[in-house]
Amino acid sequence: MSAATAPARRTAAEPGGGPAGRRGARAAERADGWRRRAPLLPALVFTLAVTQLPFLATVVYSLRSWNLLRPDSQAWVGLANYAAVLTDSQFLGAALNTIAVTASCVVASMLLGIGLALLLDRRFAGRGVVRTLIITPFLILPVATALLWKHIMLEPVFGLVNFVLSPFGAGDVDWASQYPVLSVVVALVWQWTPFMMLLVLAGLQSQGGDVLEAGQVDGASRWQMFVWITLPHLRRYIELGVLLGSIYVVNTFDTIYMLTQGGPGTASSNLPFYIYQRTFLGFDIGQSAAMGVVVVAGTIIVATLALRLIFRTFMSAQEAK
Amino acid sequence: MTAHAPERPAAGGSAPTAPAPGRAPRRRRSGAGGAALTVLTWAIGLAFVSPALWLLLTAFKQENQAATDPPTLLFQPTLDRFSAVLGADFLPYLGNSLTATVASTVLVLLLGLPAAYALSVEPVKRTQDVLFFFISTKMLPVVAVVVPIYVAAAELSVLDNVWTLVVLYTAMNLPIAVWMLRSFFLEVPVAIVEAARVEGAGLPRILWSVMLPIMAPGIAATALICMIFSWNEFFFAVNLTASQAATVPVFLTGFITSEGLFVAQLSAAAVMASLPIVVVGWIAQRQLVRGLSMGAVK
Repeated sequence: MSAATAPARRTAAEPGGGPAGRRGARAAERADGWRRRAPLLPALVFTLAVTQLPFLATVVYSLRSWNLLRPDSQAWVGLANYAAVLTDSQFLGAALNTIAVTASCVVASMLLGIGLALLLDRRFAGRGVVRTLIITPFLILPVATALLWKHIMLEPVFGLVNFVLSPFGAGDVDWASQYPVLSVVVALVWQWTPFMMLLVLAGLQSQGGDVLEAGQVDGASRWQMFVWITLPHLRRYIELGVLLGSIYVVNTFDTIYMLTQGGPGTASSNLPFYIYQRTFLGFDIGQSAAMGVVVVAGTIIVATLALRLIFRTFMSAQEAK
Repeated sequence: MTAHAPERPAAGGSAPTAPAPGRAPRRRRSGAGGAALTVLTWAIGLAFVSPALWLLLTAFKQENQAATDPPTLLFQPTLDRFSAVLGADFLPYLGNSLTATVASTVLVLLLGLPAAYALSVEPVKRTQDVLFFFISTKMLPVVAVVVPIYVAAAELSVLDNVWTLVVLYTAMNLPIAVWMLRSFFLEVPVAIVEAARVEGAGLPRILWSVMLPIMAPGIAATALICMIFSWNEFFFAVNLTASQAATVPVFLTGFITSEGLFVAQLSAAAVMASLPIVVVGWIAQRQLVRGLSMGAVK
């Protein structure tokens, strides 16, 4: 960390000496502190204002009964909103869906991403073109991706998936209605596999050739080298992909909005979509806010573990360079 | 593919010609095995991307060729669907998306560059804590802040205003940009900055004429990532805009319900909506990895 070396460099340049000198030095140090802080402040203040203030307001709202359709209905209700939220079976269902969608999407796209990365980690004719093709799903507008899967791939009568499956005796399956969660996961996996592939490929390509050569000399098989040398080396990249992927996928809203509208019923609602419905279709500000706070509490529990891991990963990455 | 960072050594090996120095050449599978693996890789790659290729194909069809059983592969391509999309008032949405994307990216860089400097070259005392704070805001679910933002925007009469999106997208991307830019600042030799300071250059001067030229590829990479995320953002766009400030993703919500023949037009709209970012992403493949990992992976 450069933070550790910087103060030493600074104090060394400061003139030492008697009490007056020491007081001067302290003032100088304070001035230097502000000089260093000044460039940071606009970004810090802006981020605090736009992210933390609204969250505080959410906490306040969550203690009130407030429906936008009845403007004069406001009152302090203590924790009543929380009691309502925690006994709301649809909220709990949405929470379970969130976990299921996030976990299955991250695991499946990571496995596919590792497979594709291994295929691309060798020289062959047209490698750049194949890589360019494979990253494309990640670059397509997510809203467009959801439409593509809804109306072209998974459509019951003319959909390509049913067409491809028809020789195997599949009929006109209405994927989005019969398997809504699976449909959402499939679209998300297609979108996120390139992300995982890119991270794993970067990991594979940072692997020193000498280690693999040594393994070869020692007579290790391809499979042994993969399990004992490549996989441990990839661990950091896989962890990073899983963590960052989870952060993004857990907040998925567009795919569900476009593909299933959370339905049928609330079968494929996740937390962002369910809270959206309660806020913008039900106008129940108090309860929506309470749900938001509960989600943050859950996120904090998971995140304190995850953040530590991320931080360790990032710091070791920067030290290692 | 490395168009934006030609001077950076291709450590990741995106250059398909010579093996990177310091890395033993990969075993080349000679003969039939290698050829088979190459064919397999191509086949899997094409299969994986085939939904996108089909979308592109469908955009050039007439509506009665777009949804058929079996699917139509050979047809007379037409640009009719594209002009139909343009006729359906697509351009105002495009304009809003451009404003939101470009303005928020500029703001992110204006705020993020000095901040990243203060967290790397001349670090503040609690650098770790500040970095931790920035990344923790990425973990704050959007749904936990959308209610007050909506209420405040309504109070201030800035609902359906594209500048509301600009502010929110700036806040959304700033933490990523600070982390990314910091990782690029850490690569600038300290001696250069010290020399400029000794000669009496202030921070704006140091940033502008000393760091900027060195950092240009890194700044470009950061801007690209911010652009991708802003262009694709949907949650705030759909909830805080209506007729005036709606962006391209909101335009596509018109295709949710299936009434009549519309699949070809949907495809044309999806292609036009995605094309800017797809092209930008293709050009900047190398930077994409670094940006997506917020600077951690090169």
